[in-house]
Amino acid sequence: MAYLELHELRRAFGPVVALDGIQIELAAGEFLSLLGPSGCGKTTALRLVAGFDRPDSGSIVIDGKDITRLSPNRRDMGMVFQAYSLFPNLTTEQNVEFGLRIRKHKRGARRKRVAELLELVGLGHAGKRFPHQLSGGMQQRVALARALAIEPRVLLLDEPLSALDAKVRVQLREEIRRIQTQLGITTLYVTHDQEEALSVSDHVAVMWSGRIEQVGTPSEMYGAPATPFVAEFIGTMNRLQAVVVDGDRGEVEHAGTLLTVDAARGRSRGEKVLVLVRPELLELEPSTNGSTAGDNTLGGEVVTHTFLGSVTRLKIQGREAELIADVPTARVDSLPVGQPIVAHVPTAGTRLLSLNEEPASDEPDQDGR
Amino acid sequence: MIVGAFKNAHGGATLHHMHQIVQQPYRDQYWLTIKVSLITAGVGSFLGLCIAYAMIREGTPRFLRTILTTFSGVAANFAGIPLAFAFIATLGTIGIATTFIKDHLGYDLYAHGFTIFGQTGVELTYLYFQIPLMILVIAPAIDGLRAEWREAASNLGATSWQFWRYVGIPVLLPSILGAFILLFGNSFSAYATAYGLAGNSVFLIPITIGFYYSGNVVSDPHFAQALAFGMFVVLAVMMLLYVPLQRRSARWMR
Repeated sequence: MAYLELHELRRAFGPVVALDGIQIELAAGEFLSLLGPSGCGKTTALRLVAGFDRPDSGSIVIDGKDITRLSPNRRDMGMVFQAYSLFPNLTTEQNVEFGLRIRKHKRGARRKRVAELLELVGLGHAGKRFPHQLSGGMQQRVALARALAIEPRVLLLDEPLSALDAKVRVQLREEIRRIQTQLGITTLYVTHDQEEALSVSDHVAVMWSGRIEQVGTPSEMYGAPATPFVAEFIGTMNRLQAVVVDGDRGEVEHAGTLLTVDAARGRSRGEKVLVLVRPELLELEPSTNGSTAGDNTLGGEVVTHTFLGSVTRLKIQGREAELIADVPTARVDSLPVGQPIVAHVPTAGTRLLSLNEEPASDEPDQDGR
Repeated sequence: MIVGAFKNAHGGATLHHMHQIVQQPYRDQYWLTIKVSLITAGVGSFLGLCIAYAMIREGTPRFLRTILTTFSGVAANFAGIPLAFAFIATLGTIGIATTFIKDHLGYDLYAHGFTIFGQTGVELTYLYFQIPLMILVIAPAIDGLRAEWREAASNLGATSWQFWRYVGIPVLLPSILGAFILLFGNSFSAYATAYGLAGNSVFLIPITIGFYYSGNVVSDPHFAQALAFGMFVVLAVMMLLYVPLQRRSARWMR
């Protein structure tokens, strides 16, 4: 049963529609990330849940109770902001204690809870420091402890790691997940960083232009994007425009080449589709003349190498589209820049999206990605 | 000024002026000057803070801020004889406002004890430049209050009052104290406005210094310098009180 429900939330700022009827449900203890580019409406949604803003229509329900019109200080929600939200005149301990003090908890109980939370976030030693004496990562840990101190019904995190450097970001996101799991607290997390969202969430909701494009588990979002936007936004994806030739045999034609993909089975002949292939699924082989070497292959030439550690990302100029392929770095010497290659498109594991269903504004790029 | 304060009319060293300035009527005049300064600095700080906050808070149209800031810039520097005359023309015995209130609201200010030529009148006139000065000085500090602090406090269950009590005012306190001292000094040293308005009825120390310098009654520049030295001491005491308060209120900044 859903613990937090956002029903058909709409919010417009003048002519700009920030939220266009979004619908989200979170089970108790679930960690859901709202993921999307800047201006997609994710922060607006979070602010509506926190009560800092009111929706034009729709409702927010927690544990069966409608809280849409409830003021923020009566919602019992803990929120961690992007940065610089600690009260500068209070020490770390006093910041964490703030919500308990407002709730008139007894001094002894407050002290005990503050000490527990500071230990939980690894800042037991920094209780007497003022915010400006803490690093960015430490400040966000304190903000997390402060939000958790009141035992909120829902924890809201508004891009809490965006102001931190890469190493601290990875470390802290793991800590957030550990603490969330340990406390079993229902969490709504806003981020534009897909890696962050996919690594910590139970479910991810990809937002775009005020709408929810898709909700699913991280592996569903990565492996089975439901819309071209999600395919483009989550990870890197090769997007090949094609036409279904034979739905029974799963054959599509892309740039004059016949490809067989399982996902095309049952499609109507003549249907325009996007064939979606992850870079790690393309298998490359050197070719002496650049021609295709058998079924389900595309020809091209290596244009660039980008070293990513254990894998190297290759950009390949095909006949009609650019391809991206990840190959093990150890193998990359056999595929130097300028090398003609053939890329094997896997029959299984390749996704297909109908372009006939795609809204006009979702028109994909023509560069094949 | 300090050397002159310790000299007699013949140029010899003396402590006589120092002894004299703490006797009556000068002791009362110092106290009156301090009272007027404290009242106008206090009221000016409070009202200036409220107006500046109302001007800056979310929801106030931007053009109002522009208008108020521009007006404050002008009003904070509008003092002296022109300001005194403006107030006499407005709230004097036959001033525009006095006449309007009497004729249209049936209330005779002067019959009920008010006079622009007394202490209250001087204080009211001083507020005309004290409030705008406070607005100009405190507005940047209020701008520095982050929206996230208010939202975080609200999210943690605090009411607006609790936010101001635990966060807003403590964060602004160093700036408020600094502004209060500035307003106190501004009022304490004001001369022309008080002279133009109530030079013969409200004996503030700067007016008395003016009398002794100009020789209106009796010329004694060294005694005037001694009175000025007394003002310097009062301001020094104020600073001595201010520094530990400011240090305490700003300990979170260090």
